[in-house]
Amino acid sequence: MKEKWKRLKANKELLLLSLPGAIWFLLFAYLPLPGVLLAFKRLTLSDGGFIKSFMESEWVGFDNFKFLFSSGDMWKVFRNTIGYNVIFIVLGIVLPIIIALMPNELRNKKMAKIYQSSMFLPYFLSWVVVSYCLYAFLNPERGLINMTLESLGKDGISWYSEKSYWPFILIFMSQWKGIGYNAVVYLASICGIDKTYYEAATLDGASKIQQMKYITIPLLKPVVIILFIMSVGRIFSADFGLFFQLPMDSGALYDVTNVLDTYIYRALTSLGEIGMSSAGALFQSVVGFIMIMTANKIVSKLDNESALF
Amino acid sequence: MSKEMQEPVCSYNQIKKSTNVLFNVILFLLGAICVIPFIFVILISFTDEQSLVTYGYSFIPKKWSLDAYEYIISGGSTILKSYGITIFVTVVGTLLTLFLTGTYAYALSRRNYAYRKFFTKLAMVPMLFNGGLVASYMVMTQILHLKNSIWALILPLALGSYNIIILRTFFKTSVPDAVVESAKIDGASEWRLFLQVVIPMSLPGLATIGLFATLGYWNDWYQAMLYIDEPAKMPLQYLLMRLEKNIEFLNANKATLGVTGVEMANAMPKETIKMAIVVISTLPIIFAYPFFQRYFINGLTIGAVKE
Repeated sequence: MKEKWKRLKANKELLLLSLPGAIWFLLFAYLPLPGVLLAFKRLTLSDGGFIKSFMESEWVGFDNFKFLFSSGDMWKVFRNTIGYNVIFIVLGIVLPIIIALMPNELRNKKMAKIYQSSMFLPYFLSWVVVSYCLYAFLNPERGLINMTLESLGKDGISWYSEKSYWPFILIFMSQWKGIGYNAVVYLASICGIDKTYYEAATLDGASKIQQMKYITIPLLKPVVIILFIMSVGRIFSADFGLFFQLPMDSGALYDVTNVLDTYIYRALTSLGEIGMSSAGALFQSVVGFIMIMTANKIVSKLDNESALF
Repeated sequence: MSKEMQEPVCSYNQIKKSTNVLFNVILFLLGAICVIPFIFVILISFTDEQSLVTYGYSFIPKKWSLDAYEYIISGGSTILKSYGITIFVTVVGTLLTLFLTGTYAYALSRRNYAYRKFFTKLAMVPMLFNGGLVASYMVMTQILHLKNSIWALILPLALGSYNIIILRTFFKTSVPDAVVESAKIDGASEWRLFLQVVIPMSLPGLATIGLFATLGYWNDWYQAMLYIDEPAKMPLQYLLMRLEKNIEFLNANKATLGVTGVEMANAMPKETIKMAIVVISTLPIIFAYPFFQRYFINGLTIGAVKE
């Protein structure tokens, strides 16, 4: 006891410094945790305040989950969430590497910088702003694409109710917004590679392609793996802005734009389905946790150095 | 180390001339695709409303006009108010983020801190598991009573585990243990050490976190969508989002709209003003872009360092 007290006293100042942050974590990260129990309850808000109604509300076991999984939309939501994420993971690893490598090889370094800055720009725009940029092209009456189609004598397309185009639009826009950022992540690692490797390779007569294959790519492996684990861990979560803002919440597109995050949000706000949306949210958290732990375990088995934790 | 970080282009040996041309063409196209949509929006915002209705959106407006901007300055009190909210939220939020992240990360960066393990865990667990949207929503509205409070836009984004990792790594690498030790021997308290030694030595790291936070707050609409109903407290991005819907679904949803929504939508040059708000809401980011780019690259490089 005395020992503990002494230790507390010796760390008094640093403890005080970590206190504000710790309080934030307790309020905004840990206080919501018991709220996952809402998934097993039927909450009815009564006069006694939230905590009282939470305590008094009836336990319903897995009813909310049954309800959630029996609704016809659910499998579409799953298909969309996982399908898009798989595509994003693949593209998000391959495209940025290419985009990061190409400017490096340019002879004119000034142009290389301009290209990089241009490609980084969309990352800094909010999804709301991006949705307006997209709307300028897709507006059914005045958008650039339909105006062009009409001037060519073709019929315009009512983009916001025609769902067949949206998988491509969403995939394109997600890469458009994220590619600069992802490329920079790789670029940082590429610049960190010891230049003598390349000098030695050049002396040995290795071609550019060979250098890329035997030096750059293998040395990028740890970064790729870390990014891969993190994205696999998030495979059940989607970028809310992408799927909510760009289609402008158009109901006609839900079949291809509704993902778990938007589904939970809509269940909570427009349907007021607290039980069902908590069930969805808890499912998402649990599966996400299992995914990230599994991915990390597999990676640490294969290559301990690259594991996340 | 830091010199290399600020030089995102690094060179080895040269490629063939034809490949160089090919790469230039590809990268030029990609760069153009990334920039043009926003330039397009700027051009639309300077188009005359009537010519827009007649001829549609075009890269070369038939008739130029400043109507949209005039409306914002003279008649757009809601828009200016939102601008104020966004600025307030961004400034206060960024300062709060720097305070919370800085103090917490500093404590974690100190090797002799006895509770380092515990507080590291406290910060990392939320990265792996969280209560989800509904639970946070309930806590925010029912327990903390932050519905329609401007703090609902600030507090939930004020601290993040990833920022803590970045800054902790930065403190560790930029402030050598020897400096800390000698300051301690000179009898400096942890407070003085933090304020007078560590902070001045870590300004680039703090700038990175500050810019991450600034961008996050400035562009945020999600918190507002969840917690703000009152037009007087809406930040710019959320106002934009509402305008999008109000104008598009104006005829269909008139009954469900508030009075201000209908009035506002009726009184303005509808098409161009939306684009003008997009422009003014993004302008500060465009001006700060060189800083953003540099410090983001720094931050990402630090973040990539694994312990």
